[in-house]
Amino acid sequence: MTARPLALEATVNATRGSLELDIEIAVPAGQTLAVIGPNGAGKSSLLLAIAGSLALADGRIAIEGRVVDAPPEPPLPPERRGVGMVFPDPLLFAHLTALENVAVGPRAHGAARSTAQREARAWLERFGVGEVADRRPGSLSSGEAQRVALARALAAGPRLLLLDEPLAALDVAVHAAVRAELAGCVRELGIGVVMVTHARADVAALADEVLVLEGGRVTQRGTLAALEAAPASDFVRRFVRDEPPSRAR
Amino acid sequence: MTRARRRARPPLAVVVLGAIGLALLVAPLVAIVVRAPWGRLLELLSSETALQALGISLGTAAAATGLSVLLGVPLAILLAGAPDEPPGLARRVVRSLVTVPVVLPPVVGGVALVALLGEGGLVSAPIAALLGAAPPTSAGAVVLAQTFVAMPFLVFAIEGALRGADRRVDLVAATLGLTPGRRLLRVTLPLVAPGIAAGAALSFARALGEYGATVTFATSIPGITQTLPMAIYARLAEGDRDAAIALSLVLIAVSVVVLVALRDRWVPGVVR
Repeated sequence: MTARPLALEATVNATRGSLELDIEIAVPAGQTLAVIGPNGAGKSSLLLAIAGSLALADGRIAIEGRVVDAPPEPPLPPERRGVGMVFPDPLLFAHLTALENVAVGPRAHGAARSTAQREARAWLERFGVGEVADRRPGSLSSGEAQRVALARALAAGPRLLLLDEPLAALDVAVHAAVRAELAGCVRELGIGVVMVTHARADVAALADEVLVLEGGRVTQRGTLAALEAAPASDFVRRFVRDEPPSRAR
Repeated sequence: MTRARRRARPPLAVVVLGAIGLALLVAPLVAIVVRAPWGRLLELLSSETALQALGISLGTAAAATGLSVLLGVPLAILLAGAPDEPPGLARRVVRSLVTVPVVLPPVVGGVALVALLGEGGLVSAPIAALLGAAPPTSAGAVVLAQTFVAMPFLVFAIEGALRGADRRVDLVAATLGLTPGRRLLRVTLPLVAPGIAAGAALSFARALGEYGATVTFATSIPGITQTLPMAIYARLAEGDRDAAIALSLVLIAVSVVVLVALRDRWVPGVVR
């Protein structure tokens, strides 16, 4: 038996501000877990805990079977967890060209400059932005910049990809195209993905399973179809109908 | 439709006092420009003592700026701390200590340096043994006094830039595999480079204009420790007002250059 270990297996007990997280999740290799929930439910905090920027108070996080945080053991720092992270804004390094941005990961992992740049160029082309390779982030459109950010995250060879509303800042026209490119890459690489999103369409296109967070806890999990069939809360009911979330909270 | 609204006129007293305040700041500069011995300017500025003082000033201010960057950038990094961490007591105390030279009368700073490094000072003997000479009465003493006064400006400029930088950029850099040291060199410092440049320019301007601490600690020896501000004071004391004004114009010109250079340099360059 050589079953591939789960991409992510985590029991997260952590505190961020006044929010207490108590979450259990598992993501099989090659699958995408969408995390949805109202603002302040702990979605981003969950990603920060997995990435290593928020230490666990208790619990355990294992990425591809390797334990990265299990108090009271000291946690592994983000650079040793093998995770990739993309935020809604691209957060490109302003002093580097698009190509150099994408080459940072391969370089950090020991690739020679020429190899790293060749890989970086391939990733940029994969996301359809090969022609902006030599431009600085300041001159890119938001769609181009976010594609470069996704290429940069994947070029580093993560075992687990953490996406915090990666498509939220994109125009409607660009949104669907980038989503399709992302879906293709993820499927091909067979890595696990945890994606925070507010968009039903993203869940429908990318997610194998959905986790609903409310107040730092899991209130429902299942496929989108299962959520649609039996929404466990008002939030889920609105989400599956693609209605804007209730303001009265 | 939004209609441009007329702004309410401020009360007359505010206008009058404000205008007087502005005049107080500007009139002396106007006077110095009007009274400048424009005809003899080149001759006055090319005198040996003037050129010596200019050379010493530029050299020591540059050295003090270099020293401030070398020591001030690490200090600013320590003060800015880890992105998520609230400033602890130690850091607040250190920040207050860094502020001291800014609010301290420069002459007191000079006396303090004398107490530390002057003849019979707290650590003079070991330092003298190390360097083979007493620190004061050398260009090094000038650099030290200027650094004492100028470095805090650089520290605060860079600390501000560091704290203003988006902490998520650091996390992204970490997930790409960069260790803390490499993140600092390859991401954080380039990101706050405009802040460092602004801080260095401020420090340079401050060091160039420094008088009180420097003259107290290093004294005013023409050709060795006499900087432009000291030379200006010496000319004025000798009754040579034209020479004092001519030298002052040089410092004013440098200040203007620094001001122009700093114009838009306060925002660190994070691209969103």
